[in-house]
Amino acid sequence: MTAASYLTEQRGLRSWLFTLDHKRIGVMYLWSTLLAFFLGGVLAMLIRLELLTPTRTLMDADTYNKVFTLHGAVMIFLFIIPSIPAALGNFVLPLLLGARDVAFPRLNLASYYLYVLGALMALASMITGGIDTGWTFYTPYSTSTGGAVNLVTLAVFVLGFSSIFTGVNFIATTHKLRAPGMSWFRMPLFVWGMYATAIIQILATPVLGITVLLLFMERVFGVGIFDPKLGGDPVLFQHFFWFYSHPAVYIMILPGMAIISEVIPVFSRRPIFGYRAIAFSSVAIAGVSFLVWGHHMFVSGQSVLASALFSFLTFLVAIPSAVKVFNWVATMYKGSIWLQAPMIYAIMFLLLFAIGGLTGLFLGSLATDVHLHDTYFVVAHFHYVMMGGVFIAFLAGLHYWWPKMFGRMYSERWSRIAAALVFVGFNTTFLAQFVMGSRGMPRRYYNYLPEFQPLHVVSTVGSWILALGLVITAGYLLASLRKRPDAPPNPWGGMTLEWQTSSPPPTHNFETVPVVDRGPYDFPPLEAEEELAGRRA
Amino acid sequence: MSGSHTVVEHGAQEPFLQHHFHDLGQQAEASKIGMWLFLVTEILLFGGLFVGYGIMRMLHSQAFHEGHLHLDRSLGALNTVVLLVSSFTMAMAVHSARTGNRQRLILFLAATLAFAGVFLGVKYVEYSHKFHDGLLPGRFYRHAGDSVPGVAVFFSFYFVMTGLHGLHVLAGMVAISWLLRRAVRGDFSATYYAPVDLTGLYWHLVDMIWIYLFPLLYLIS
Repeated sequence: MTAASYLTEQRGLRSWLFTLDHKRIGVMYLWSTLLAFFLGGVLAMLIRLELLTPTRTLMDADTYNKVFTLHGAVMIFLFIIPSIPAALGNFVLPLLLGARDVAFPRLNLASYYLYVLGALMALASMITGGIDTGWTFYTPYSTSTGGAVNLVTLAVFVLGFSSIFTGVNFIATTHKLRAPGMSWFRMPLFVWGMYATAIIQILATPVLGITVLLLFMERVFGVGIFDPKLGGDPVLFQHFFWFYSHPAVYIMILPGMAIISEVIPVFSRRPIFGYRAIAFSSVAIAGVSFLVWGHHMFVSGQSVLASALFSFLTFLVAIPSAVKVFNWVATMYKGSIWLQAPMIYAIMFLLLFAIGGLTGLFLGSLATDVHLHDTYFVVAHFHYVMMGGVFIAFLAGLHYWWPKMFGRMYSERWSRIAAALVFVGFNTTFLAQFVMGSRGMPRRYYNYLPEFQPLHVVSTVGSWILALGLVITAGYLLASLRKRPDAPPNPWGGMTLEWQTSSPPPTHNFETVPVVDRGPYDFPPLEAEEELAGRRA
Repeated sequence: MSGSHTVVEHGAQEPFLQHHFHDLGQQAEASKIGMWLFLVTEILLFGGLFVGYGIMRMLHSQAFHEGHLHLDRSLGALNTVVLLVSSFTMAMAVHSARTGNRQRLILFLAATLAFAGVFLGVKYVEYSHKFHDGLLPGRFYRHAGDSVPGVAVFFSFYFVMTGLHGLHVLAGMVAISWLLRRAVRGDFSATYYAPVDLTGLYWHLVDMIWIYLFPLLYLIS
């Protein structure tokens, strides 16, 4: 361990607020997004609590509408989108490439402050009346309802710029700042995933920007583009919105897949199976993501031909996704699997993402979607992909890189207990919702028929188990920070460059510029593996 | 827009090599990638508006035709020429920077800035006429005597599109003023002129967007 790490070289609040170090910006993003997750989580618990009984439980219907809107908006825009790229990605991407920083450190800091500004605007909306449109802001309701819609749309606009800045930075960094010898096919797959994500951030986010700007103008000036009263077309808003928001789903899931591609080879002690297939499937997902937005609008009055095409294109997404899943499983096959916390979460990801992905096909086919549209089946599918997929992958990455970020090992025993609770709690919460949805329970309803109550109770109890697991996770991770630094440079035997520097890394990342002469998953010969096995025992 | 600003600023404030680059060439290439990516986002931002315009024009084709008759073609054409010439002076500014000619760099930057000012001046005259005639966006539309409904939607698009474009011109003027200050200070040389180069790229995009806006708004047949 070197004396001065990026955490200790400079001290004081100013050294953090004005830092240009990608690692510090990543850490600031990490705490901010975790705070947002906590807020979104509390709102989720309130929603589940309200739905414990078919009628009023603890809040009135208006409040309920605002709570689920804010839960969605906070989780999507303040947590899932920035969490992996801007927090973990910011920290590890330059390290994985052997670079000293991202290409534009100042832009990186600007991205963080735009995020903070957008978050504050979103929070201010809570105080100034809240919004009850749902996170999708559909017109014409969003142009006619009161509340703080203007403020929230501007917040989304600002957050979009924050996301674009991160994307611009990652692409330029990947192109120009790779260490000597790091050819495109020697890059860790995490970098490929981030690169594909950045492409979507750059191509899709501006369209969201102009959409929310037009929504804002519609409310302030009555420009008449979305409002049918003024001669506009409300379905056009849905097209605009989903042109961003469907690709945005891949802004969320691709980074999750990128983490899994790092964790599985390291904890299976085998080179990744099908490196190029995984790399190209990320880019393929990014490409296809732009052609499927209409599958959100099968019942919105779009033409049958368009719906059929969108349905077919939606099935195409399954191909690159399945390529990844099969390659990960093939990597584990005959591997020497080491069940530490990151790997436990990676395996959990495989299971939950498979369920989330396959149920997506039900929704992507026209006839079944008419039955399932706007039911809890959609809610469950979405949460299996977003929480069971992205969030679980985020936990895998957080546990994987935590020793690198903070120089501390966490309690392995507690991490297992927490992971078990998260797994049981998550499935209890959302499997019940699949059943409810297929039986016709609509999403976003405040009151419901009494026959759905047993399943709602199961779901709510599941949410308590899930929350307990996450509270324990927060507990042992925070507790590890109070210890003396004890993480070795390479606790997991990883072969990528971030493990070649100390934990936590020095400000300039590497004492000497690393030179790369092999792939990221070329594990050492058997003797070295046996040495590692000794440490594992 | 804040976006353009930061990208330009980033290169502009740092006359020397930043610690994470090997040499100025690598630094300039990286910033150029960044700028191009930013321009892509700008095109998509306006792209959304163009799509919206196309659909609304399809829905209200008569109203759009009637609306465009209220616009002054000669002023629009004048502004098109002004911006095209400013693109030329900007290109000359970049060339002067590349060849290390400080005097000409200052001259051409000042000329570009002046043309940008003329553009906004003409726009001010046009806007004042519209305000006076009650040709305002959406619910503020006060013009009487239209033969078809929906002319208000045309003026919504007119103001949103030219307004957003005008903001980009303004941001460009801020960036150019700043280049001017740095050029006077003598920051640029034949080896270090990336900020001029990047601002040039941005300025050409602002020009190009106007070249689409002019026929879409002023020349509807």
